[in-house]
Amino acid sequence: MKREKFGIKENHIFIIATMALIVLLYGYGSIAFAGFFSTQVFLNLFIDNAYLIIVATGMAFVIITGGIDLSVGALVALISMVSASLLEAGLNGFVVMALSLLIGIAFGAFQGYFIYRFDLHPWIVTLAGMFLARGASFLISTDSIVITNETYSAISQAKVYLFGDHYISIGAVVAIIVVAIAIYIAKWTRFGRNVYAIGGNVKSAGLMGLPVKRTTILVYVFSGFCSALGGVVFTLYMLSGYGLHLLGMEMDAIAACVIGGILLTGGFGYLIGPTLGVMSMGIIQTIIMFQGTLSSWWTKIAVGFLLFVFILLQRLIVMKRRKRNVIRLKKVRNNVKVQSPSQSVSSEYK
Amino acid sequence: MGAILLKAEGITKTFPGVKALSNVNFNLQRGEIHSLMGENGAGKSTLIKVLTGVHEKNGGTFYLEGEKIEPASPEEAQRLGISTVYQEINLCENLSVAENIFIGREPMKKGRIDWKEINRRAKKVLLERLNINIDVTKILSSYSTAIQQMVAIARAVDISSGVLILDEPTSSLDKNEVKQLFDVMRSLKNEGMGIIFVSHFLDQIFEITDKITVLRNGEFIGEYETKTISRTELVSKMIGREWGEDSRQDHKKIRQISEKVFVDASSLGRQGTINPFNLSLRQGEVLGLAGLLGSGRTEVAKLIFGIEKADEGMMSIDNEAIRSMNPKVAVDKGLSFCPEDRKVEGIVNDLTIRENIILGLQAKRGLFKYIPMKEQKEIAQKYIDLLRIKTPSMEQKIDNLSGGNQQKVILARWLATDPKLLILDEPTRGIDIGSKREIRKLILDLAAEGITILFISSELEEVIACCDRVIVLRDRNIIGELQGDEMSESKIMDMIAKEAESNESIPV
Repeated sequence: MKREKFGIKENHIFIIATMALIVLLYGYGSIAFAGFFSTQVFLNLFIDNAYLIIVATGMAFVIITGGIDLSVGALVALISMVSASLLEAGLNGFVVMALSLLIGIAFGAFQGYFIYRFDLHPWIVTLAGMFLARGASFLISTDSIVITNETYSAISQAKVYLFGDHYISIGAVVAIIVVAIAIYIAKWTRFGRNVYAIGGNVKSAGLMGLPVKRTTILVYVFSGFCSALGGVVFTLYMLSGYGLHLLGMEMDAIAACVIGGILLTGGFGYLIGPTLGVMSMGIIQTIIMFQGTLSSWWTKIAVGFLLFVFILLQRLIVMKRRKRNVIRLKKVRNNVKVQSPSQSVSSEYK
Repeated sequence: MGAILLKAEGITKTFPGVKALSNVNFNLQRGEIHSLMGENGAGKSTLIKVLTGVHEKNGGTFYLEGEKIEPASPEEAQRLGISTVYQEINLCENLSVAENIFIGREPMKKGRIDWKEINRRAKKVLLERLNINIDVTKILSSYSTAIQQMVAIARAVDISSGVLILDEPTSSLDKNEVKQLFDVMRSLKNEGMGIIFVSHFLDQIFEITDKITVLRNGEFIGEYETKTISRTELVSKMIGREWGEDSRQDHKKIRQISEKVFVDASSLGRQGTINPFNLSLRQGEVLGLAGLLGSGRTEVAKLIFGIEKADEGMMSIDNEAIRSMNPKVAVDKGLSFCPEDRKVEGIVNDLTIRENIILGLQAKRGLFKYIPMKEQKEIAQKYIDLLRIKTPSMEQKIDNLSGGNQQKVILARWLATDPKLLILDEPTRGIDIGSKREIRKLILDLAAEGITILFISSELEEVIACCDRVIVLRDRNIIGELQGDEMSESKIMDMIAKEAESNESIPV
């Protein structure tokens, strides 16, 4: 099937660049460090970053509409806190999970409604949401709460064997399912396409009769849901709740999206991107772990550097796109009209 | 010609303080291309916006095929079969051509979007209805404005087969592209669609339309058969003055103008905006630019002031060649520009009158050089007195002033910079008659003091009353020049109305 025929071809460049980066980094690690080139090391990327993949995927939809969600990291911390305290109080594990997801959905819907209804900048609304969620987690307790609930412990320790004795966690399975669903939504549903249209030109989208309001709110609902799901997965991974968990994680999620080729200006990007972004960052972290002598803060330096490179790359491509030749109608006789990709046109035609 | 498709009866629309439409009638038949004509502010856009549900009307009724309709939103109008293609293309550039045609109503298969079907149908619509063969899977921004325009039309005709409104679709197209658009319009017309076509280009109106409805100041002037109305007649209907009737009884004294050229432009032009022109402004003269909207009047001024970059030609100020013009250079050289739309490009709403007056001077002197409050007050007071700006205090927000007084504040802003050349683009638009007269007088006074003035106005009477010389524009070209006693409204109208190429003679 000629899948790429439908897509936004320019974006393949970003995805290819990110994939090349992953191969390069992984190749470097494999050569430099013994034991790096193992299936389990690779699978651990998913296990250790499952929550981030989920959150970044939710974030990607928001960014594609041209928005941003800064509340995700705090929301994950809040979910970890709420879960831990409710479990401590003796609630059933599955009930706690369901409640967590409901909190995320409500939180996202609230933010989305504000952003749409009062035409507020998402940056400021979700910043408020971030403070609210972070503060609320300390309201529950200022200390870390350890989770001893049997259901959580069991799920946490469960291993899903893929082949041989290589395994991934339940959290990683959830992450992969979320990514698959996200890719489907983005490509094959009206909601997904409306997200791209709004990111491209919100005024046009409105004039074309697209449900701008519903889509905007739903995008934040989806991000809230993903954050909550990420929160549940993270809680399972850590088996504790703490208000200081994941400080600044929203920035990691945004970085993952950018490295994965989601343009911050909206309208462009593939939903596999955030996962690739998270993996690049995960591999850097693993390399630094294997290296042993470098402080783990070097991960941040490397990611910072990568971001610069990727933002620059995206910018250059966008600028080139503006300058490049557009396809114009050829001078025609009679009724045959042909495209001619070679004719150039001055920049005011964009 | 078929049956009446769309009928508008007694449409009235008021905005706070303005009657934008009063009792306007409009009839559109099947298989007809009908143009709405009128100068800016005549009510064309308002009528379209009321019809498509963007604005709510205050009175009157629309009938679509005999049935009363009340569209409350663009979507609803679309559902009724009235679709609009706007001047600025309202599509999403980041999506594919096919998707732009079908988004919001994608064909689904097994609960998911059927991309194959979308692409197939988009290709078919473009080929069969518009006769264009392009790769519909490419993103929209890969294509030129003309093709994007066609895609917008494809979406519109695919949604409805009733009424198609084209609001200035040709303003960014070149000749060849316009021709293709017209081919498409003709074939849609033959399919029985009713097309409302708005354009400022007279040649295009006469080439493509069957009927013309003229509006002026929100009023219905008349409906005419394109075949039977002459250009001159049409222009005079739009401008609102009978051809041959001159308002200027008292001939103004012809002033002696120095031969010294202040600004000289030779074959200055910008592709798609204004064709290359020659223009020289002599020191101390008042030069008028006349022409219909879209003829290139404002564009000439913008090019001279450097707001838009010329892509060919040369220009010199005071015999000094200017390599690349921009507003900063212009201000340094003593040029100043009062833009057409004072609400958007002129006043700063939230600042006081004093602050608005000082802005230009501040920018000229350097943004970080503080102008002492005492000096600011003196300057503001000087111009408030000089221009007789009616305000209780200079610390009043400019928003609270009337249009005429706001215009005077902007004039004051530029006068404070002590300009050598003042470009005034429609300085009297939308202000009351009293203020109009005052501003005209002011222009003459300034000219008497030796300031060179480039004056743009749609009101011919005003142009003649103020100017020493008039340059007439049509369809982005300078087509003539009149001086002194030659200047008369009928002569100018004559020039505007004359056909560009065939030079059809107009009975005098």
